Amino acid sequence: METAAAIQPTTKLWNGGKSPFNVSYGKLMMWYFLMSDAFTFGAFLISYGTIRFSQNVWADPNHVFNAFPLTGHTNLPLAFVSLMTFILILSSVTMVLAVHEGHNMNRKGVEKWLVFTILGGLAFLGCQAWEWTHLITGDHAVLVNGTLQHWGTTVSHNPWGPEVNYNGAEVASPGPIAFGGYFFGITGFHGFHVFSGVVINGIMLVKTRLGHFDQRGHYEMIEKAGLYWHFVDLVWVFVFLCFYLI
Amino acid sequence: MSQVTTAEITHHHDDKSQVKRIWKTFWLLLFLTLTELGIGLTIYTLHKGANPNHTLVLAFKGLVCILTLAKAFYIVSIFMHLGDEIRNLIMTIIVPLMLFVWFLTAFLWDGNAWKNLRNTDAGSRPSTEKVQQQTLPAKENGKPD
Repeated sequence: METAAAIQPTTKLWNGGKSPFNVSYGKLMMWYFLMSDAFTFGAFLISYGTIRFSQNVWADPNHVFNAFPLTGHTNLPLAFVSLMTFILILSSVTMVLAVHEGHNMNRKGVEKWLVFTILGGLAFLGCQAWEWTHLITGDHAVLVNGTLQHWGTTVSHNPWGPEVNYNGAEVASPGPIAFGGYFFGITGFHGFHVFSGVVINGIMLVKTRLGHFDQRGHYEMIEKAGLYWHFVDLVWVFVFLCFYLI
Repeated sequence: MSQVTTAEITHHHDDKSQVKRIWKTFWLLLFLTLTELGIGLTIYTLHKGANPNHTLVLAFKGLVCILTLAKAFYIVSIFMHLGDEIRNLIMTIIVPLMLFVWFLTAFLWDGNAWKNLRNTDAGSRPSTEKVQQQTLPAKENGKPD
């Protein structure tokens, strides 16, 4: 009898009438969408890893990403991308605080934290725009077939190959062409997620202001938008690892 | 419209402790990120040296990967509240992600195999060009392509 009593609560979960996972349909589907999106990003990053493993040389991130706005040519490896990471983590915190205020049915609180989250997202996108512009319009001496050329980092040009001797000076040679495509492709796809996250949070802010969630009796939509926003932060953690740290 | 009862919305902690938990996670993530940054700069310094110790660089890179997984755990568990969901739901999310273990192993192994091939005579460019040159006379003999 004792075992029957112990089993009963778990079997009851699947008897129908309520969600066996104890979540609403929308939230469960958001989780499954995010899982599929994780596979998409994972496939991109693993493809990048495969190509990188197949090469004898690769661009050194400490040389490629060493610029900071308004500091000219000062060598500041990893500084700017650290700021971007900090912005995204902070906006993740403001989002989870918005979700928390939603639990308490505090409309003003949700509005306040959503505004901060949106500002964080926009700041991140601004940083990425600056970084891309800096890379694409950059001017690096590269020795191509015995003559010096000046290249930026694009999907077709990689001026970050191994250094070679040219008239007594060390000059870079062209690096693996895949670098630019993978960098702009994956950070671009992530940036698109940030952009759509900002749009979704904007819609949530408008709906909160209009009192839609108060009428509905719960702020679960904020939770779903929050899941998406945290996922964007989660992906950045891995992009940060794969492109900037290792 | 969705029929959500308040019981279905994840909310297991009382107000004050939940906010404290969120900020604690923030400081933890910040600390992990700064540690990663420190390791990244250490790798940079090692690379600047005349003879970088490749085993040490690899060990540091492995360490950053572990720290990244720790960050991912805290974001998913605390910020996304997955840690507060019931076990069945957690498993339907985590178990499929185990595919990544095979995915990473197989593809990185493949990439490495390509590198090894590239560095042998069979995979190097000059011999490929030799093969192409040998096929050229066939065209001159007037045979159709």
